Amino acid sequence: MATATPTAASPWRAALTFAATSGLIALSFGLLARTSGLSLVMTCAMSLVVFAGGAQFLAVATIASGGTPLAAVLGGIVLNARHLPYGLAVAPLLRGPLWKRALSSQIVLDESTALALSQPTPELGRLALYACGCMLFATWNLGTLIGALAGGAIADPSALGLDAAFPASMVALLAPLLRRRELRTAALAGGALALAATPFTAPGVPILLAAAGALAARFVREGPA
Amino acid sequence: MTWWAVFTLAAGTYVLKAAGPLALGSRTVPPPLQRALNLVSVTLLAALIAISTFGEGRSLVLDARAAGLGVALVSVWLRAPFAVVVIAATATAAGLRALGAG
Repeated sequence: MATATPTAASPWRAALTFAATSGLIALSFGLLARTSGLSLVMTCAMSLVVFAGGAQFLAVATIASGGTPLAAVLGGIVLNARHLPYGLAVAPLLRGPLWKRALSSQIVLDESTALALSQPTPELGRLALYACGCMLFATWNLGTLIGALAGGAIADPSALGLDAAFPASMVALLAPLLRRRELRTAALAGGALALAATPFTAPGVPILLAAAGALAARFVREGPA
Repeated sequence: MTWWAVFTLAAGTYVLKAAGPLALGSRTVPPPLQRALNLVSVTLLAALIAISTFGEGRSLVLDARAAGLGVALVSVWLRAPFAVVVIAATATAAGLRALGAG
C-alpha cells in the first residue's frame, strides 16, 4: 500500500466528484455512439460490459472515422493494457471468495485505482476502490443511457471544460503521493516519455511505453522530500 | 461496430482488470513487489495525465486543458479541497474556451 500523508482526499468526496464528472462525460459518449450509428442497446451494452471510457471513445471514434471493428477492438485493448498493473496493485484490497474478486474486478479503473492507492491505510483503500468504482459504474451507465436517449444533451463536453476535469482530478489525487521522491521521479519520467512517444505511435501505445519511466525511480533515494 | 467486437473488447478489458485479483487469490504480494506495482501504477497514471492534458490524436497541443491543469496544480499547492481543485480547473478551461482561447 502506498503511504500517503493524512491530507489524502476523503474517499467519499473524491469518489462523488469523479462520479459526477464521469456521468457528464458519459452523456457525450452516449450521444457520440448513437450518431456514429450504434444502436441504443449496443451503446448501453458497451458502457456496461467494457466499462472503460477511454477505450469506448476510441472504439466509437475508430468506427466513426471509417475504421473496422477489429481496429476498434485492438486499439481499445492496447489502451486498456494499463489496467493489468492496476489490478495487480489493488489485488490485496480485493480479497475474498473467487466470485467476489471476479465481480469486483470490473470496477478497477484509473480513478478507483488512483483513489485507492492514495489512501493511508488498506481499509480506506478498499473503501475508496469500492466507493469510487461503484459510483462510477452507476453514473457512467446512467449517463450513457441518458445521452443515448436525449440526443442533444452535452454535445460538446470540452465547451464546459470537462476534458480538463479528468487530469485535474488525477493530479489532485496523486499530489500527496508525489511527495515521495521515487514516485515523483517515476511520474515525471513517465509523463515525459508518454508525451515524447505520442507523435510517433498509435493511440494507447505512449502510455505503455511510459511504464519504463518507473525505472527512473532506481536512480533516486526512496523517501519523502 | 459489431456485437462480437463489443464482447471481445469487453472480455479483453475484463481479463486485464481481473488477472491480478484472480491470479493472486489469498497469496500475499511481497512488499517489494507491491511497491514496484504501485510505482508502475503511479507512472502510468502520470502518463495518462500528461496525454489527457496535451494529447490530441497523435499531436501535442497546448490549449485550455493545460491552463486547467496549471490552475489545478496551484490549487493543490494551496491545499484546496478536492472538489474545489476540479471545479477551478474545469471553470478555467470552460472560461478560456468561451473567450475563444484554446
